[in-house]
Amino acid sequence: MAVKTYLQAISDALRDEMRRDKRVFVIGEDVGVYGGAFKVTKDFQQEFGPWRVIDAPLSETAIVGGSTGAAIMGMRPVAEMQFADFVSCAWDHLVTVAAKQHYRAGTAVPIVVRLPSGGGFSGGPFHSQNPESSFAHIPGLKIACPATPADAKGLLLSAIEDPNPVLYFEHKHLYRRIKDEVPDERYTIPFGEARIHREGDDVTLVTWGAMVYTADEAAKQLEDELSVEIIDLRTIAPWDRDTVLASVSKTSKALVLHEDTHTAGFGAEIMATIMEEAFEDLDAPVKRVTAPDTPVPFAPPLEKWFLPQVEDVVAGLTDLAAY
Amino acid sequence: MAIAREAEPVSSIKETKEAGLDREDLLGIYRNLILTRGIEERGHILYKQGKIPGSFYTGRGNEAAAVGVATAMGPEDVGTPLHRDMGVHVVRGVEPWRMFAQFMGRVDGPTRGRDGNVHMADDRLGLIAMVSHLPAMLPVAVGAALAFRIREEKRVAVGWFGEGASARGDTHESMNMAGVRRLPVVFICDNNQWAYSTPTHLEFACETIADRAQAYGFEGVVVDGTDVLAVYREAKRAIEKARGGGGPTLIECLTLRMEGHAVHDDAFYVPKELFEEWAKRDPLERFRTWLRDNADFTDEEEGEISEQVKKLLNDAIRKADESPLPEPEGEVEAVYATPEELETPHHK
Repeated sequence: MAVKTYLQAISDALRDEMRRDKRVFVIGEDVGVYGGAFKVTKDFQQEFGPWRVIDAPLSETAIVGGSTGAAIMGMRPVAEMQFADFVSCAWDHLVTVAAKQHYRAGTAVPIVVRLPSGGGFSGGPFHSQNPESSFAHIPGLKIACPATPADAKGLLLSAIEDPNPVLYFEHKHLYRRIKDEVPDERYTIPFGEARIHREGDDVTLVTWGAMVYTADEAAKQLEDELSVEIIDLRTIAPWDRDTVLASVSKTSKALVLHEDTHTAGFGAEIMATIMEEAFEDLDAPVKRVTAPDTPVPFAPPLEKWFLPQVEDVVAGLTDLAAY
Repeated sequence: MAIAREAEPVSSIKETKEAGLDREDLLGIYRNLILTRGIEERGHILYKQGKIPGSFYTGRGNEAAAVGVATAMGPEDVGTPLHRDMGVHVVRGVEPWRMFAQFMGRVDGPTRGRDGNVHMADDRLGLIAMVSHLPAMLPVAVGAALAFRIREEKRVAVGWFGEGASARGDTHESMNMAGVRRLPVVFICDNNQWAYSTPTHLEFACETIADRAQAYGFEGVVVDGTDVLAVYREAKRAIEKARGGGGPTLIECLTLRMEGHAVHDDAFYVPKELFEEWAKRDPLERFRTWLRDNADFTDEEEGEISEQVKKLLNDAIRKADESPLPEPEGEVEAVYATPEELETPHHK
């Protein structure tokens, strides 16, 4: 067991898997010689050569569409979008081809698309987004949003093993800020199994990705007056309804927190499910804390206003407790 | 002045021998052309009988282009044929009854009624099922070629697109990436001159689509898409070049779409004279004449092939019609693949 940053956990897991499985290759912009914009694939090309660590032209469509073709031919591509925002250029290939090929034609498409996502350092409208909910609406795709280094490893290996297209959202703000123990051996974490980040009895807080840490800080601030149970979903397609519903039946109050914008964010789906399945258990309306419905702004005070802050979560939890 | 090379027609039996085709192969090509058109003509009748839901698309006029290219592919090569390329499925060995079951949305169609018309392919025949978004299959073909290059296999991917699809970004990204990496892929443009109702001069401003190849660093060829032997020769040359590490080729097969975009469309916007002109170059008639002039093709042989195809089609329609319509059971589960499915021919 070694202590690693979130970024190192992803990088090491990918490297180990490429050593173990010759079918795995990496393709993306600047992933080779440069080692990736965030250095996740630093020194990979020296070890695996230019045909397994492929510097692609600036062509998200061809990167993801090409990954699909290579996967159908038996490879296990791990494509990198330099920033999650750029996946809009590959939307058609994920949604039209990769997501539907199995249902229509019975053809499995085992691809992983890595998506450095999220804000917190003035990336502005095109380098800060969390577009996971757009894809959660598409049958045929799977979506992981790891929060911890150990989960980052286990979910990445699950994603590579999975016979379906997987969007793997790695939060940029966690890359070097979060360090934790990561088991040395190879392991996978199944999709659709949430992690109870913190146990509690009064309020259920459902979140994922970087917001796990915002939630944790808020829960700590309130710990003398309120016992908050934090559920880290880990994957949102599929998502662990059972764990959320079991927690709500215990606490009778729920708050959903996400860094993505408000309207039709994945939080809406979680709320709707709680309403449908656990209405009788509720003592208060389910609450949402999210980003507002704007593009991600650039200037620090605007971005701070945009991103859910610890105090926003504290206020939400306090309101809910008082209801 | 076009930049791309213009392919010569194939004139003599000697040339076909040089291209690797013996007389039996030539008769096989003829049969595949007849069968291709037969499947689509019968499909059209089934549509009029109300047995095919949705719409129905044919590739009338494109038979030689599709059959010619597919005949040039090796058994381990793969392709992404489109809705005008029935001939590719025929050459690769699709059973016609499964095609009819597909048209009619039956459970024995390759997509089990989940998708319609030629939105299908049999994995086992080395084909990947198309989507409606043209040319979305080109990056997929490039990716297949990338897999072959990574594994250093002597296999080639063939990607199809139309002249309409040439206007979309996927085409550019695919050709650019294939050119940069010199991947073993051959691009086939079925230029049938009309993208639904839009003529070529409103789709692209260069003289030919094949001219663009030079900009991507590989060769472009324009071939008469009604000349099955010329298409075969050019495709064979390009495929073997790719197999040998020579990189991609773009082949533009010039034809005319002899029917509407789909059965609902009477193609009123296509000048009548154009149809009349291209009707004289019907690819089946053209090859039949060539066989008679150059390969001693007899009435008996022709009759035998046409009887054989007729019987095949009759039996196929009967068998397809016995296939049930699908029940919506297990549909949600069918969205995602299971790990065991990775043991398909492609994934081995």
